[in-house]
Amino acid sequence: MSSDDEANDIYYDDDDYGDDFDGQAGSAEDESMSEPDAEGYDVLSPSIDDLPQKKPYDVTYKVRTVQEIMDMQNREVQKIHALLDIPTSTAAILLRHHVWNSEKLQEAYFTDPEQTLLDAGLSPPSSPSPVKRTRSQHTVPFECPICCMDFTKEQVEDLTLTMGCGHRFCRTCWTEYISGKIRDEGESARIQCMGEACKRIVRPELVDELVPGELSKKYHNLLNAAYVADSPSLRWCPHPGCEHVIECHQVPPRMLNQLVPTVKCDCGRFLCFGCGYAGNHRPVLCKIVKMWEKKCADDSETANWLQANTKECTKCQSTIEKNGGCNHMTCKKCKWEFCWVCMGPWSEHGTSWYQCNRFDEKSGIDARDTQAKSRASLERYLHYFTRYANHDQSAKLDAVFYTTTENRMKAMQTQGLSWIETVFMRNAVDTIIAARITLKYSYAMAFYLVRNNDTEIFESNQTDLEMAVENLSHQLETNPEPDILMKMKQDITNLSAYVKKRSDILLDDVLTGYFEGRWKFTVTV
Amino acid sequence: MATGLASKRLMKELAEIKSKGTPPGITLLSAEDMQVWLFSIQVLGDETIYKGETFALKMKFGPRYPIECPEVTFVADQTYNAVIPIHPHCYSNGHICASILGNEWSPVLNCVAICITMQSMLASNKKKERPQGNDRYVRNAPSNPKLTRWHYDDDTV
Ligand SMILES: [Zn+2]
Ligand SMILES: [Zn+2]
Ligand SMILES: [Zn+2]
Ligand SMILES: [Zn+2]
Repeated sequence: MSSDDEANDIYYDDDDYGDDFDGQAGSAEDESMSEPDAEGYDVLSPSIDDLPQKKPYDVTYKVRTVQEIMDMQNREVQKIHALLDIPTSTAAILLRHHVWNSEKLQEAYFTDPEQTLLDAGLSPPSSPSPVKRTRSQHTVPFECPICCMDFTKEQVEDLTLTMGCGHRFCRTCWTEYISGKIRDEGESARIQCMGEACKRIVRPELVDELVPGELSKKYHNLLNAAYVADSPSLRWCPHPGCEHVIECHQVPPRMLNQLVPTVKCDCGRFLCFGCGYAGNHRPVLCKIVKMWEKKCADDSETANWLQANTKECTKCQSTIEKNGGCNHMTCKKCKWEFCWVCMGPWSEHGTSWYQCNRFDEKSGIDARDTQAKSRASLERYLHYFTRYANHDQSAKLDAVFYTTTENRMKAMQTQGLSWIETVFMRNAVDTIIAARITLKYSYAMAFYLVRNNDTEIFESNQTDLEMAVENLSHQLETNPEPDILMKMKQDITNLSAYVKKRSDILLDDVLTGYFEGRWKFTVTV
Repeated sequence: MATGLASKRLMKELAEIKSKGTPPGITLLSAEDMQVWLFSIQVLGDETIYKGETFALKMKFGPRYPIECPEVTFVADQTYNAVIPIHPHCYSNGHICASILGNEWSPVLNCVAICITMQSMLASNKKKERPQGNDRYVRNAPSNPKLTRWHYDDDTV
């Protein structure tokens, strides 16, 4: 059971309680969810093989629509319907109960059909099914045990019903109950009979018959959502307004310590198939990005860092505002050039890039008393956090920069360039944003890396990408004279290509490094 | 606020209590309207650690009772000399962690059935202690226990 509301949740830390939390109904499914069968992940899935050649660390996937997800379910249902010779609605309930594991269901059904039906909350074949309802004669009047309404023996057949378990209630109470389960509790596949401790499942046909159209639509959406949630090879696109589902068969949970399965949805946005992250968190592993974000959210120092987007010039103390993503700052007043991140002089950055990305671990090692040690560890954290947050913020500023870019593209068109010739500007902004996001997560990674030779290669790749990004960023913010427009275009195009190349080098090194087990972390992954 | 559904059902339950009475140790203290009822519960016999104690159980009914479970809490009440029982499933603010009041509620259950369950929950207890994390829970708890998502730790209640 998970919760959205921590404060109102009662959790017991004691392990003894752990087994009972999920209840009997959920436990079997949870087990098969967390330990999927190895054969469930066929790396060379025959249905997904028509995509272009990929890097070894890229995953193959397909973007599905809700209709396709429904068709998938129907195909499985039809298969079981034909194999076991049972009604399709029964097949659907059995499949849901077995978390869509068709093999396990068949095995159970061939061993003991009666018990398999009962376990899934269905009536055994011998008892009357509500689908093929035959008019039976009722010889006694009936009082609904819920609302206490009386029904004459003539009314019983039309106004009350039972699901074959012997628990009879009036249709009004059934409707009220099922509506509440769907509307208030978001339940679908596990709505049970109202009888005390009765596990009989309410069939979709009954839901459709009893509840109003809007709710029955919601019910079917919930069934769909449950299908996706139950399937290890499916994941909803997490971006708002998008209803696509990603299908991928290559990412069992145990692979997530060596794979960052970034995929691109048809809505144009990235997500992580491994953890559902609404973005591209490469190069860092799912588990680490989660740890890092939790640390940032918990840490009060983090909040302190998120100061206003203004700083003072280290020379003349006049206030400087940052309005683009570029870290190369020039004080309007005294013309002093410095780095926004470390506040050091920019002259040290241009030629031989300073170690702005690497934390000097020495001060931590030298610290003798615990207080100094904890201060050193805080400083170390803030070092990486500052760089992480700065890229995050810069990427956002660059996105705002789009509008300015559009205007400049229009201006260039009046200066003799065609629209297509100005597109390089927008491409450059795209490249910068993508690279900043990579850099951002690379600092989360760096925080958890154990220092060794491989880490040094990683940091030098980080440095090179930092420098490439800053150069391009700076170039983009410079307003060129009209006569050097073509030269500027060439420069920006070249710088963009270089940023892309540096970004690929960093990602390639890290992602292949996972396969080779090259990265050692200070935490277990 | 009880609607047609709740009030008809409650009237029926009330009539039944008046004609047949309540089980031993359970008394209806007040049922002035169809919104809040108060029962007293005692654990009978010499075996119990609650010998001689009286507890007051308050039930608040929503319009969807009995499709929805009522809001059930133990209350301290001087008139009836009632205290909140010290029990591993009863928080000191009167909230009760019992699956019958949550995901195992069935609309065929009624007030007396709730009382009987609470009585047997008390009767089976051997050690007077508050739930783990009582203080933390009481500090943050919503006034309505139904807004708490309980994680039931045993199947006996
Ligand atoms: Zn039933
Ligand atoms: Zn009824
Ligand atoms: Zn999408
Ligand atoms: Zn992830």
